[in-house]
Amino acid sequence: MSGSSGKQDGKSAIPAVEIAGMHKWFGDFHVLRDINLTVARGERIVICGPSGSGKSTMIRCINRLEDYQQGRVVVDGVLLTNDLKSIDEVRREVGMVFQHFNLFPHLTVMENLTLAPIWVRKMPKKEAEEVARHYLERVRIPEQAGKYPGQLSGGQQQRVAIARALCMNPKIMLFDEPTSALDPEMVKEVLQTMVELAESGMTMLVVTHEMGFARQVADRIVFMDEGQIVEIDAPSEFFANPKHERTKLFLSQIL
Amino acid sequence: MGDGRFVRTETVPAMPPPGRDRALVGWLREHLFSGPLNIGLTLLSLLVLWWLIPPLLNFLILDAVWTGDDRAACIASPERPRVGACWAFVIERINFFIYGFYPAEERWRVDLFFALLAIGIVWLLASWAPNKRLGAIYFFIVLPIVSVMLLLGFAPFGLSYVATSLWGGVLVTVVVSAVGIVFSLPLGILLALGRRSTMPAVRLFSIIFIEFVRGVPLITVLFMASVMLPLFVPESWSPDKLLRALVGVALFAAAYMAEVVRAGLQAIPRGQYEGAQALGLSYWQMMGLIVLPQALRITIPNIVNSNIALFKDTTLVFIVGIFDFLRTIEAARIDPKWATPVTSTTGYAFAAIFYFLCCWMMSRYAKSVERRLATGYRR
Repeated sequence: MSGSSGKQDGKSAIPAVEIAGMHKWFGDFHVLRDINLTVARGERIVICGPSGSGKSTMIRCINRLEDYQQGRVVVDGVLLTNDLKSIDEVRREVGMVFQHFNLFPHLTVMENLTLAPIWVRKMPKKEAEEVARHYLERVRIPEQAGKYPGQLSGGQQQRVAIARALCMNPKIMLFDEPTSALDPEMVKEVLQTMVELAESGMTMLVVTHEMGFARQVADRIVFMDEGQIVEIDAPSEFFANPKHERTKLFLSQIL
Repeated sequence: MGDGRFVRTETVPAMPPPGRDRALVGWLREHLFSGPLNIGLTLLSLLVLWWLIPPLLNFLILDAVWTGDDRAACIASPERPRVGACWAFVIERINFFIYGFYPAEERWRVDLFFALLAIGIVWLLASWAPNKRLGAIYFFIVLPIVSVMLLLGFAPFGLSYVATSLWGGVLVTVVVSAVGIVFSLPLGILLALGRRSTMPAVRLFSIIFIEFVRGVPLITVLFMASVMLPLFVPESWSPDKLLRALVGVALFAAAYMAEVVRAGLQAIPRGQYEGAQALGLSYWQMMGLIVLPQALRITIPNIVNSNIALFKDTTLVFIVGIFDFLRTIEAARIDPKWATPVTSTTGYAFAAIFYFLCCWMMSRYAKSVERRLATGYRR
């Protein structure tokens, strides 16, 4: 928790994610306005803000689940454009975990995990299953490999979803409110998995309302409101000494 | 406990539910005679059955004629005043109903085709059959090629040529239905995907095709295929009459299938697409591995429903001069050799039983699939 760390110790000078002057509209609605954010390799960013502030839309622009109309998004040195090649290249390196897990219900846990490595990375099935077993152990549910997602609890499903993303060996992980759809007693096990992932040095962008998690693992916290980034700061400063009026109001409401 | 506070001191064990009356009398009372309306409906149903069953039974079985060589067997006489169905007529003409004008010494080829088709259907549809992927290859690739060689003729194997104009009866009905069903599914899937495509040209083509074909009756499509198509292509390669009808039926069925599949695609949540995209799957991988397996699963009852409709619609090919099963009955019933008052009724009753059994089996299959799907993705 030492503020903006890891910026210099990366091998490459290329930032993991660079968003510059990005604007996005949904029809006439200006949903993202002049977004500027650079994320260094190994950095953990937590994005918070009231609902409808554009947090999810912003991180979905990083793996092109959403397009943008102005500015630029560069992920691991690749400029995201309409070009399918750049999109494929980025998606291979960026893992994503969704609020509603988005596991494939017709496939077993093992098949969920090995699908992308086999079809996208062209990994032999045996090797993909080995990788999958490794990550299932890491999220502590190795015994569930043969089950279908519908047979697991919400917390277990979300941990499978995290393992599924990790099986592609991504350089960057995006989390879109990963604990919002979980029963209260399941939240802790998922957060614990994410903390461990952060400790392993993964570059992470996490949209969440879990302020305890933000305090514990974030290098920087990004606060958004009405489609704009309002404040970026290290957690210690952010919580103890917010600068913007809007941040102060938000924190007073949730803490 | 008087002050509204409570702490449990012992756990309540799980108990079986209170016993329900499972005896026959109890069941009858509960389901058939539970109230005035229910009693009334039960009696009405019994009345309808009493009015319907005995005459049917008399005509189809009790008064029916089972043996005979010509009309004399099925004519009412003083010693046999009531004559029911003339099954002797159907039995004598059964080969015509099944094979049409297919040469008698080559009919084993048709039998073999029926057997191969039955194997394919059971392999694909029965839940206990192993290795569905091999079954699909057999059904969609091997079977069509073998069938053409078998039915049409293939000189290297000593199978002589049999023109499609000689085909008829159940053979034609089965061929037209099978071709329609087998080709409409992949074509329908492509059209459904096309209709949801982001590429304007693909989407426009799909919409125009689907809406145009759905907007005209099958008879029109068949007429266009058989009468108008030859006007547009050189006479020398004007295709076979049956083939033209097959293409017409397949395209017609594909348009309907496209809408059935589209409904299934729309039932798949957006999250499934996003999950697949976030993993880096390509469009065809996403569709083939994630979306279509789920969408087709929930559409199976509707696909079967479409196929039932298609199976019955194949009777319309008679309009372009093709001898399907119903047409062979139509031709046989006016044969003077069997001219009796009951011949036509018998022929139509036979046709009704045939179509009913086929459609009923299809709908039973759809029902069993529905039941299997109701348990979800657990096993």
